[in-house]
Amino acid sequence: MANIQSVNEFVIKFANVNGTGSASANNLFAKAVFRMGIPVSPKNIFPSNIQGLPTWYEVRVSEKGYLGRRGGVDIMVGVNAQSLTQDVQEVEPGGYFIYDSTKRLDPRLLRQDINFIGLPLTEICIREYADPKQRQLFKNVLYVGALAALLDMDFTVLKDLVSDQFKGKEKLVAPNIHALELGYQYAQDHYSCPLGIHVKTTNKTGDAILLDGNAALALGAIYSGASVAAWYPITPSTSVVDAFAKYCNRLRIDPGTGKKNFAIVQAEDELAAIGMAIGANWNGARAFTATSGPGISLMSEFLGLAYFAEVPVVLMNIQRSGPSTGMPTRTQQSDVMICAYASHGDTKQVCLYPSTPKECFDFGADSFDLADRLQTPVIVLSDLDLGMNDNMSEPLSWDEDRVYDKGKVHTEADLEAMTERYGRYLDVDGDAIPYRTYPGTHPTKGSFFTRGTSRDEFAVYTESGEKYVENMQRLERKWETAKSYVPRPEIIPGKEGGCRAGVIYYGTSDYAAREALESLTKAGLAMDALRIRAFPFNSEVEDFISEHDLVYIIDQNRDGQMRSLLINELEINPAKMIALINYDGMPIVARFIHGFIADHQGSLSGGQTGEQKTGSA
Amino acid sequence: MSFIQPTFRHPDLPVNDVGFTKKDYEGSLSTLCAGCGHDSISAAIVQACFELSIEPHRVAKISGIGCSSKTPTYFLGNSHGFNSVHGRMPSVATGANLANRDLIYVGVSGDGDSASIGMGQFAHVVRRNLNMLYIVENNGCYGLTKGQDSATADVGSKSKSGVANLYTPIDLASVALDLGATFVGRSFSGDKEQLVPLIKAAITHPGFAFLDVVSPCVTFNNTPASTKSYEYVREHLDASGTFDFVPMKQEITTHYQPGATEQVHMHDGSVINLHKLNQSYDPRDRRSAVDAMFNAKERGDVLTGLIYIDPNTQELHEMIETTNKPLRNLTEKDLCPGSKALDTINESLR
Ligand SMILES: Cc1ncc(C[n+]2csc(CCOP(=O)(O)OP(=O)(O)O)c2C)c(N)n1
Ligand code: SF4
Ligand SMILES: [Mg+2]
Repeated sequence: MANIQSVNEFVIKFANVNGTGSASANNLFAKAVFRMGIPVSPKNIFPSNIQGLPTWYEVRVSEKGYLGRRGGVDIMVGVNAQSLTQDVQEVEPGGYFIYDSTKRLDPRLLRQDINFIGLPLTEICIREYADPKQRQLFKNVLYVGALAALLDMDFTVLKDLVSDQFKGKEKLVAPNIHALELGYQYAQDHYSCPLGIHVKTTNKTGDAILLDGNAALALGAIYSGASVAAWYPITPSTSVVDAFAKYCNRLRIDPGTGKKNFAIVQAEDELAAIGMAIGANWNGARAFTATSGPGISLMSEFLGLAYFAEVPVVLMNIQRSGPSTGMPTRTQQSDVMICAYASHGDTKQVCLYPSTPKECFDFGADSFDLADRLQTPVIVLSDLDLGMNDNMSEPLSWDEDRVYDKGKVHTEADLEAMTERYGRYLDVDGDAIPYRTYPGTHPTKGSFFTRGTSRDEFAVYTESGEKYVENMQRLERKWETAKSYVPRPEIIPGKEGGCRAGVIYYGTSDYAAREALESLTKAGLAMDALRIRAFPFNSEVEDFISEHDLVYIIDQNRDGQMRSLLINELEINPAKMIALINYDGMPIVARFIHGFIADHQGSLSGGQTGEQKTGSA
Repeated sequence: MSFIQPTFRHPDLPVNDVGFTKKDYEGSLSTLCAGCGHDSISAAIVQACFELSIEPHRVAKISGIGCSSKTPTYFLGNSHGFNSVHGRMPSVATGANLANRDLIYVGVSGDGDSASIGMGQFAHVVRRNLNMLYIVENNGCYGLTKGQDSATADVGSKSKSGVANLYTPIDLASVALDLGATFVGRSFSGDKEQLVPLIKAAITHPGFAFLDVVSPCVTFNNTPASTKSYEYVREHLDASGTFDFVPMKQEITTHYQPGATEQVHMHDGSVINLHKLNQSYDPRDRRSAVDAMFNAKERGDVLTGLIYIDPNTQELHEMIETTNKPLRNLTEKDLCPGSKALDTINESLR
C-alpha cells in the first residue's frame, strides 16, 4: 500500500461525541497548525443536540491557502464508537485511522488500504486520573499530544496555546501540558514519527487572523455604532448576539458611570425582535436583529412595513438548512429568495452576501450606513459555515476618520430654518430618498405619522390610487439609487482576452470556487468568475452575464435561488444560466465544482452543444 | 381620509406652563363613527397632556392596527406617531424607548390588538416594565373588521350579530396585575372626570402603566345585550375610589379627612391623593387589588379607577443598566472603540 505523502497539504477529521469537551482540544490542534504559519480551515459538523450524539471536526491544512472543503479525509481521529464504521470508510486510500486501542477494534472494520494507529487513550487516562470527568476531558488532549508527535508539530506552540487558553486559571495549565506530553510520548515510543503526512513550520499566514463570521458581524455592528440589539435565540445566529454582548461589555461601558452604552433585549419571538429593531431605528438609534430561516419567515410582515414606511433596519440572517426546522445545524444558502422579496405586496429588500470574516466585519458596519442612507431594511446573508466556524481571514481594520452616514435626517436647526412645509415623503433631491426627522426634534415642526397604510408626500393618509402609485414608483426609483450604493461585485478574470464561459457565485462558495477555478485553469478550462456581493445587482453583474455565452451559477440550495433571482431581475434567457448546486448541508467542495464543470464542458464539446444539464449533489 | 384641522388660534385660549394651548395638543379630525368611545379617549389624552404641560414633541405615539390604533392621528398632531402592525405595538414601543429614554411613550391598542394577536407581546412588555402608558380601548369586538367578537367579550354578551359569545373573556387588567404590572387602572370612555387624572397619573408613573378603558363601539357592539355597551357599563360601574392627581409643580392645597385619604408620592414629586370608598382595599397592595377585581367581577361589576400602583419601581433601562443619556444621542466618540482596540482584537485572534 502506498501511504499518502504530504507536507502541509491534507485533510484531518476528528470524530467525537458531543458534550465530551472535544471541541476545545480540536480547536487547540487547529490553532497550533495556524500558529506554525500554515493556513487552516476548521469546520464543526455538529448535531442539533446537547449531549451524546456524533459530532465531527474537519480541518483542511493547506500551505497553498485553499480554505474551502476539499472532499475526502487523509487522517481520521476516530474516537466515537457510534460512528466508527462510517469514519473508517471515509479515509482515502493510503490514509490513516487513529483510534482508541484500549478496546480491540472490530476486525470487520479493518481495511487493507489504510493505516491503523492505535492509542490506548482510555487506558492511559484511567491510569493517570482518578476523577471520571478528567478521564474524559484529557482523553481529547492526549490525542492532540499524540498528533504532535505523529505530524511533527511544534510542541512549544502547543504549550504556549495552552497557557493562553487558561489565562487566569493557571492551575489548569500544568495538567493539560502533562496530558499533551503523555500522548506525545506514547506516539514517539510506539510509532515511527513523523508519518508520511506531516506539518512543517512556514510563514504562509502572514498577519491573518482566525475568527468566526458571527463575531466579525457583531464587531462590525459595534464599530458602526449599533446600540440596540433585539433577538430571539436560534442556531446558527445566536453567537452573533453573544459576541455583540461580549465585546460591548468590554468596549462600550461608559467610563464615568460604569453604565452601558448599548441595550440588548432577548425578545419573546422574532416578530418582537424585529419590531424592537424597527422601533429603535425609527427613533434614531442604530439597531439590529440576528436570526435564521424560521425567524425570517416570522419577520416577514414587519419587513414589509419597514420597506413601505421607509424605516431603516439591519437584519443579519445566518442561514441554515431549511425548509422548516430542516437540518438546523447544517449550512445552506437557501434564504436568498425569501430575503430578496421578503413580505407581501411588491417588496424588494437590499441584501449583502459576505464571504469572509473580514467581509462580515465590513458589511456588518456598512449595512448600518446603507440602511440609514437608503431608509430601508438591509439584510446581511451569512450562513452557518461562515458564521460558526473559525475562518482564516485578513485582519479587521477601521478607518479612524470614518463618520457614520446617518443619511438624510433634518436636525432641529434645519427645521427651524425651514419655511416650506416639511414632507416626510417628498423627493426633494431627485434620488427618491426623502428626509427623515426623529421624534422629539422640534416643538412645532417636522412631526409626522409613520404608517403602513398609503399616504401622500406629507405622510397624510390617503386612499387615492394615484398617490399610491406615485409612492410605489418613487420606491422603485429608490431601488435604482440603491444600485450605486451597494458593494460592487468582485471580478476574477480567467485568462487574458477573456473566456467564453463564466462562473457566478456568492457567499461561502468563494473558497471552493476559487480552488476549482485554479484547477480548471490547469486542466485547460479557464473561466472568468464574478462574486456577487449585493442585491440589487449593479450593472457589472448584468455586463458579465451578457459578455459570456454560458454562465455557471453556484448555489448552495436545491432550487438555484440566485440563478432564479438573476434571471428574474435581469431578464436573462435561462438557457445560458447553468445551475451548479449543492444542498446536502455540508459546505460545497472544490472537487465537486471542478467535476461538474469539467463534465458539462465535456458534454458540450462532445457534440451535445446546447443541451443543458443541471447539477445535483 | 383624515382632515387637517384649521390652525386658527383664539386669543383668549388658556395657555399652560410651557406656553401651549389645548389646541396644540389636538390632531387631525377623527374619521371614526360618530359617538365611538375611542374619540372620547383621544380627547382625554389631549386634556391630560395639556394639563400636565408636556411639550407635545416630547411624546411619541405608537399603535397597532384597528379603529383604536388609528386614533393617534387624531390627537397630539405635533408628536411623532407610528401606526405599526397588528398586535405588535409593544415591540415597536420597546425599541423606540430603548433608543431614547427621555421621551414619553403613549401606546394605543385595541382589545383585538392586545388580547388576541398581540397577547404575547402584551405579556412581555408588562414583564419588562417598559416606561410607557399602554391604553387598550376596549370595545369587546373587532371594530375595523366589522364587529367580530374579541377575546375580551363576556360569555353571553351579544353584539349586533345577535349571537352570544361562548368563550371566557380575557381581563387584560387582571392579566397585567398578575404579570407584575406596576400601574394598573381601568376606566370608561364616558367618564372623563376619572379618565383624565388616571391618564395623568399613568404618564407620570416611572414604569409600565396599563389602562384598560372600556370604549363602546356604537356601530357593532352597543346593543342592549352587550356588556360593552354605554348603557351596560354605566349601570355596572364600580369605582375603586376617587382620586386626584397633583402634578409636581403644583402646591397641595386641599386638605382631606385623615384616614379616608392617602397620598402616593411619585418619583418626580407629583402626588396622588386616594379617597378610598372601601377601607379594606389598598391599591398599593397587589393582593388587595387582585381581591378587589375578583370581588367586583363576582358581583358583575366593572371595577374602575386606580386599581394598583407601585411608585417605587425599576423600569427596563434601570434593570439593564443602560446609560442615562438617550442611546440615540451617542456619537462615534461613545460608540466606536477605535482602530487601536481593533488591533488588540486582531492580535488575540492569531
Ligand atoms: C396580520 C393582520 N391580521 C388581520 C388584520 C385585520 N384586522 C385589522 S384591525 C383588526 C381587529 C382590530 O380589533 P381591535 O384591536 O379590537 O380594534 P378596534 O377596531 O375594535 O378598535 C383586524 C383583525 C390585520 N390588519 N393584520
Ligand atoms: S366601527 Fe366601532 S370602533 Fe370602529 S370607529 Fe366605528 S364605532 Fe368606533
Ligand atoms: Mg376592539
